[in-house]
Amino acid sequence: MRRRTFNKLLGAGAATAALARAGLVRADEPYKAGFIYVGPVADFGFSHQHDVGRQAAQAALGDKLKTTYVESVKEGPDAERVIHELAAAGNGIIFTTSFGFMNPTIKVAKQFPKVYFEHCTGYKRATNVSTYNIRFYEGRYIQGVIAGKMSKSGVVGYVGSVPIPEVVMGMNSFIRGMHTVNPNGKIKLVWINEWYDPGKESDAAKALIDQGADIIAQHTDSAAPLQVAEERGVHGFGQASDMIKFAPKAQLTSSIDRWDDYYTQRIKDAMDGSWKSQDVWGGLGANMLKMAPYTNMPDDVAKAAQDAEDGIKSGKIVIFSGPINDQDGKPKVNDGQALSDAQILGMDWLAEGIEGTLPH
Amino acid sequence: MTVELGWFVPVVLSVISAATPLLLAATGELVTEKSGVLNLGIEGMMLVGAVTGFAVTLSTGNAALGILAAALAGAAMALAFAILTQVLLANQVATGLALAILGTGLSALIGKAYVGVALQPLPKLVLPILSGLPVIGPVLFHQDVLVYASFGILAGVSWFLNRTHAGLVLRAIGDSHEAAHAIGYHVVPIRFAAILFGGMTSGLAGAYMSLAYTPMWAENMTAGRGWIALALVVFATWRPARLLFGAYLFGGITILQLHVQGLGIAIPSQFLSMLPYLATILVLVVISRDAAKIRLNAPACLGRRFHASG
Repeated sequence: MRRRTFNKLLGAGAATAALARAGLVRADEPYKAGFIYVGPVADFGFSHQHDVGRQAAQAALGDKLKTTYVESVKEGPDAERVIHELAAAGNGIIFTTSFGFMNPTIKVAKQFPKVYFEHCTGYKRATNVSTYNIRFYEGRYIQGVIAGKMSKSGVVGYVGSVPIPEVVMGMNSFIRGMHTVNPNGKIKLVWINEWYDPGKESDAAKALIDQGADIIAQHTDSAAPLQVAEERGVHGFGQASDMIKFAPKAQLTSSIDRWDDYYTQRIKDAMDGSWKSQDVWGGLGANMLKMAPYTNMPDDVAKAAQDAEDGIKSGKIVIFSGPINDQDGKPKVNDGQALSDAQILGMDWLAEGIEGTLPH
Repeated sequence: MTVELGWFVPVVLSVISAATPLLLAATGELVTEKSGVLNLGIEGMMLVGAVTGFAVTLSTGNAALGILAAALAGAAMALAFAILTQVLLANQVATGLALAILGTGLSALIGKAYVGVALQPLPKLVLPILSGLPVIGPVLFHQDVLVYASFGILAGVSWFLNRTHAGLVLRAIGDSHEAAHAIGYHVVPIRFAAILFGGMTSGLAGAYMSLAYTPMWAENMTAGRGWIALALVVFATWRPARLLFGAYLFGGITILQLHVQGLGIAIPSQFLSMLPYLATILVLVVISRDAAKIRLNAPACLGRRFHASG
């Protein structure tokens, strides 16, 4: 701990010199960090935000750092090859940014014990493999509060991607937020079983609006559902990045993934040798999740949203604290109890107020 | 009654938008295949059409120019395929696959600057008088130009193939290029034209995606619709009317399954997502199960190389 603070004080320049003496890098050569993305950098969503984080780290560390990225890498054997190449090319730290890169990351990490690996959204760690993720569900709670206040019909249309805990905890969090302001609020849920298909996403949003939803929420990657909301004159929320350009009148806010500080810090740690394997799951409080401006809503709604945001940050609001019932009304969390992180990460039930099915 | 109609109209509008890109792309491919050429590159041509249409519409502010550019871009991709397969006699399957992959990459490259940029959706052209008809008026005659074009092109193709001399020649070449060549028809130029036509409609299908369906550019936004169009041609046994039926059946079930889910009916969503594929293939196979008829409609020289000797 003291060593880490000391190194930070010394600054990265001295750290590089120290590394140079240790023979890890030559003094005139920048430290190398590699990134692999599952989607194109230009997806304007998940992979795009990771690249924004990479650029922030690059900007913060200047000539001392050289970053490389490989985009649109398929999960599976291809990923292993790419990670292996990045490690062999002399990258000191490698960020693998999709759940499906988990096993390839662990495998390559064994072959390169001196290289640090950072795997996003996974749960397998090793002495040289850390995991990190964002508490995306915190943003959805705020969206729920806004939706509860803004919806006239009390029905939110939710475009679901793939039924996995990550998505389920998001919509459960949403309905928790919604019920704080409208206890009768409902979510109508449609799964499209894809992460990304703009056409299908927009079809799903249209179907939900046709069935009475006047707010569209999405856990898919394109701006298409929001665009439909704009066209049909209802409201919606952006995903992963600020999508206000696609829906200047419809977007209420957007949960923005923010990897900037995390990437900068971890690369710094790797450079000065203080890197340790860890598991980080940060949210609004850690500034890893940011809300886009609260727009297209009256002041009192924006204030309620801001209050929810502050409450989550300060820890006053515990999203999954009881009593919580599942969609059939059976108690899931008792009064006075709260779900642990492990329970949240394994969530396989829909909360009361969600109309839809969770296929198993 | 009014309640039912209130539900009916928006659903049918969604069905039309889901079916239109499939119908456009498949109509062109049908002509290409009828001439005896199998072009698997629809997905790539659609994507290049989509990005070109978007870029030109955005920079000129003129959607008509955008649509024209998309058609030309699709045709340009098809031209590369035509030169490779008809002049250099490359294998059609391999070349088509390469075209699909090339189109995906090329469109991503061209589209880099347009990610995250919004565009006004293609304006609806309200046809006078007809749009005033009850029920079908707002459904059929309150559409954008590409929806009308999808019907118009299909009708034109149906008429061309079955009622004109040129259509007969094209089919003859597809059935036996040697025989057609022997009696003096120009196999290669006619196939060139058929391939270019296929590229053009794929480009239009792409333009529909990026200008009307979801007015934006996003990488790989066609998400496999080119392959579905390709399958529709085969399952419709190369008959335009069945193609129309197949495209709308597929689009219809795609939309209906979303509505079924929204109504909270307990059927696994994975099964529902599969349903459009399953139902369309099943229905088209059943109505087209007459083997003799399939042989009659299937271009006998499909995918075969033609080399004029002597």
